[in-house]
Amino acid sequence: MIGIIKYGAGNIFSVMACIKKIGKDCYFIEGGKDIEKAEYIILPGVGNFAEGIEFLNKNGLTEKIKEKLKEGIPFLGICLGLQLLFEFSEEGNKRGMNILKGKVIKFKSINLKIPHMGWNKLEILKRSRLLDGIAENSYFYFAHSYYVLPEENDIIYGKTEYGIKFPSFIVKKNIVGVQFHPEKSGEKGLKFIKNFLEKKWLQ
Amino acid sequence: MVAVRIIPCLDVKDGKVVKGIHFENLKIAGDPVENASFYSKEGADEIVFLDISATIEGRKTMVEVVKRVAEVVFIPLTVGGGINSIDDIEKLLSNGADKISINTAAVKNPKIIEESAKKFGSQCIVIAIDAKKIGESKWEIYIESGKKPTGIDVIEWAKKVEDLGAGEILLTSIDRDGTQDGYDIELTKSVSENVNIPVIASGGAGKLEHLYDAIVYGKASAVLIASLLHFRILTIPQIKSYLKERGIEVRL
Repeated sequence: MIGIIKYGAGNIFSVMACIKKIGKDCYFIEGGKDIEKAEYIILPGVGNFAEGIEFLNKNGLTEKIKEKLKEGIPFLGICLGLQLLFEFSEEGNKRGMNILKGKVIKFKSINLKIPHMGWNKLEILKRSRLLDGIAENSYFYFAHSYYVLPEENDIIYGKTEYGIKFPSFIVKKNIVGVQFHPEKSGEKGLKFIKNFLEKKWLQ
Repeated sequence: MVAVRIIPCLDVKDGKVVKGIHFENLKIAGDPVENASFYSKEGADEIVFLDISATIEGRKTMVEVVKRVAEVVFIPLTVGGGINSIDDIEKLLSNGADKISINTAAVKNPKIIEESAKKFGSQCIVIAIDAKKIGESKWEIYIESGKKPTGIDVIEWAKKVEDLGAGEILLTSIDRDGTQDGYDIELTKSVSENVNIPVIASGGAGKLEHLYDAIVYGKASAVLIASLLHFRILTIPQIKSYLKERGIEVRL
């Protein structure tokens, strides 16, 4: 089963709708025990970092997610769901799940409108089967003020330009993270989620 | 860089689209799903639903509308009109809306901006401002669907909503709305230059040049369009190829 971690109060509905559209079933993970039957874990991006990590820690999800990741379960973190994987975020100055080395920082240029909101290009640095059927420089939908800075350069598979080039697509073994919202990125977004669920990228 | 967004606006009353695409087949004319799917396929970057229901019962149907649309349309959906409380926002967000646009309630109780931004994230809180020109480079905010003056200066209010955590401003010129004379460029530019959050220009689009002007001279991050699209005077592909030819980044 595909488990979607339900936290905060934002738009989880669209992730679920996307999976249904692809023809698969999913369920919500609200506490540590719900995670057991998950064959895939999706951590959507809603709300703010401090509240997100507090929810995961308080409900025993951080440890359970780590266990599942060690078992090799495919994981997809979207937007805040990607950011929560890291050690630290400037948003609320909080520690994250500390699964990936690096931190989350805020866009700083004074000439930029923040949040980075709208459709922007994914520049591919490393090819992955997660991008099967998705052309170089395809547009995806973004809505965020913070971005990730991983310590391990080789996990950065794609970048996006907004004042600077920031990592927008990362892969490390069974862990996938995207700063954009595939569930809001039309046909290409659906294709991305379909590719994730088909697991060819894992081989 | 991020592409400029082209955003169709659909007016919804009691669960039916009352200002939307003029379909030849009138049977589907009022269907929100049909309208939204059509624009999504045409290349809309986002869709705004404005609820103009006058009754509480009418407004309740909006949650159902959003849900039905979000099940099949996978681009960002913004919902505005009559949103009064954190509870209203939560219901819409948990049923598929990505952003909530607040107007009158924010003016009456600015705390709702701070609370909702903290709870749901700035990226989903849009503040809608209806502006009326009252003098040289001076605009006043009107509330209650543009009927009631407030005495509040638009630029001051725009800065305040940014400070309170709004993620975006949907700026409508009451003077230009429905005229097809073009967006109020001076207003759009003044607001955009005084805040660091994206501004959506609205009210007055009549031809392609108007869209270009709002983006280039008005410094808008997005343009909201209604009648021009609904009556098929312009189409989204036509708008996008025009803007692209003139050097503006659009998602094709």
